[in-house]
Amino acid sequence: MHTLEPILTEHPFLKGLNHAYIQLITGCARNVRFEPGQFLFREGEEANEFYIIRHGRVVMEIFTPERTAIPIQTVEEGEIIGWSWLIPPYHWHFDAQAVDMVRAIALDGKCLRNKCEEDHDMGYELLKRFAHIMEQRLQAARLQLLDVYHPHSGVAGPSARALKNKKR
Amino acid sequence: MLPHPFTVERVRRETHDTFTLELKGTNGIGGFSFAPGQFNMLYRFGTGEVPISISGDPERSDTLVHTIRAVGTVTESMERLKKGDIIGVRGPFGRGWPVLEARGCDVLIVAGGIGLAPLRPVMYRLLSRREQYGKIAILYGTRTPSDILYSKELEQWRSRFDLQVRVTVDRGEKDWKGHIGVVTTLIPRASFDPHEAVAMICGPEVMMRFTIRELEKRGVRRSNIHVSMERNMKCGIGFCGHCQYGPTFVCKDGPVFPYEKIEHIFRIREI
Ligand SMILES: Cc1cc2nc3c(=O)[nH]c(=O)nc-3n(C[C@H](O)[C@H](O)[C@H](O)COP(=O)(O)OP(=O)(O)OC[C@H]3O[C@@H](n4cnc5c(N)ncnc54)[C@H](O)[C@@H]3O)c2cc1C
Ligand code: FES
Repeated sequence: MHTLEPILTEHPFLKGLNHAYIQLITGCARNVRFEPGQFLFREGEEANEFYIIRHGRVVMEIFTPERTAIPIQTVEEGEIIGWSWLIPPYHWHFDAQAVDMVRAIALDGKCLRNKCEEDHDMGYELLKRFAHIMEQRLQAARLQLLDVYHPHSGVAGPSARALKNKKR
Repeated sequence: MLPHPFTVERVRRETHDTFTLELKGTNGIGGFSFAPGQFNMLYRFGTGEVPISISGDPERSDTLVHTIRAVGTVTESMERLKKGDIIGVRGPFGRGWPVLEARGCDVLIVAGGIGLAPLRPVMYRLLSRREQYGKIAILYGTRTPSDILYSKELEQWRSRFDLQVRVTVDRGEKDWKGHIGVVTTLIPRASFDPHEAVAMICGPEVMMRFTIRELEKRGVRRSNIHVSMERNMKCGIGFCGHCQYGPTFVCKDGPVFPYEKIEHIFRIREI
């Protein structure tokens, strides 16, 4: 049977992980495919999986009170999407939609959660890896929040145009 | 040093607040040689003078090109310039990007917003001597898709096989199918040898700080990271002290510095 083990072993996210753990993780993995426009998951739904994107681009969107979707980030080949399966109450906090045809490996979060509970060393290894991604996303979110290219951002000082607009 | 009069040959609108001026010397002033990363002091008669990087092709010294974002008194008045108008030019000033030193290395260009303008001459130079460099990656981040500068050129560059061009926006728009996320998120995706790479960064200082952190995470040596500093300027030639911090004059010793040389002044805003 064709197994995902070689792909998972080579993936930077899992690189260096003990072979036995890779085998356990492979047991929770399956290949998935999404057509352009199809949702991987939607805000509020139960978070039972996370994805390693193998091809294509996924956009993460948050709905505003006006019900318009604000795209906040895209995730591409080689990257991971989703850690809500790790943290109670295990619900997605945003929508994830395929921009183009997306091929990914879906990892069953429930299955992994159980395995991590049984083997805390494996749980620690996985958490370390997710903590790294979370740190990267947090840094990126901070920079995004600063809105550094906006003349009003204050990052390069308030522009005269900004001050003028304020006075109006 | 007095400004030389130059005639506006062409005004090109780049984005809603950014435009490019193509200038030609008057009074028999012929070619205008410069090194990528150098800047001119542009003088709008009756309004004032501002430092603006040269954004054109260093091989084409017949035309002087500047891309300007209208942010205040002088730059907004320059936004109103038309073909045939006269503008004063002093320069070129400053120390530019290390394009010669980067020969034989991979080159990583990271630009944010208007920061692409001072790096465009580097791209022209690298591409005109493509065989002298290893991998070249240009990572460009800006606010929204409509703020993307030089979009046609970026597209042309993206179609080349010997160049990695990645563009991202902080905020997507409805029809935008490209990358969304800050420019630092492009760094792990670029292919280069961190031990042999020279990085050139230009953009808002916070963006440059985050970028440097990400480059260091990938193993790029601090001495191989170069940044362009923006400080208030007046004379442009190391006399007035407007841009001075300790022994460093941004106008004369910079605006491009190896990061390790100016790390200590990097966070200071007004000098
Ligand atoms: C070496 C060097 C190269 C430069 N190259 C370019 C270039 O190629 N293209 C370009 O458009 N600009 C460039 N700049 C920035 C440019 O010089 C300033 O935007 C300009 O001096 C602003 O003058 P002003 O009279 O229009 O605005 P002012 O009325 O003097 O400024 C109004 C307000 O805008 C703020 N401000 C100043 N600069 C900026 C900015 N860049 N963004 C947002 N707010 C700002 C000031 O802090 C002030 O509060 C460069 C600066 C330096 C030092
Ligand atoms: S601008 Fe006068 S010393 Fe630098």
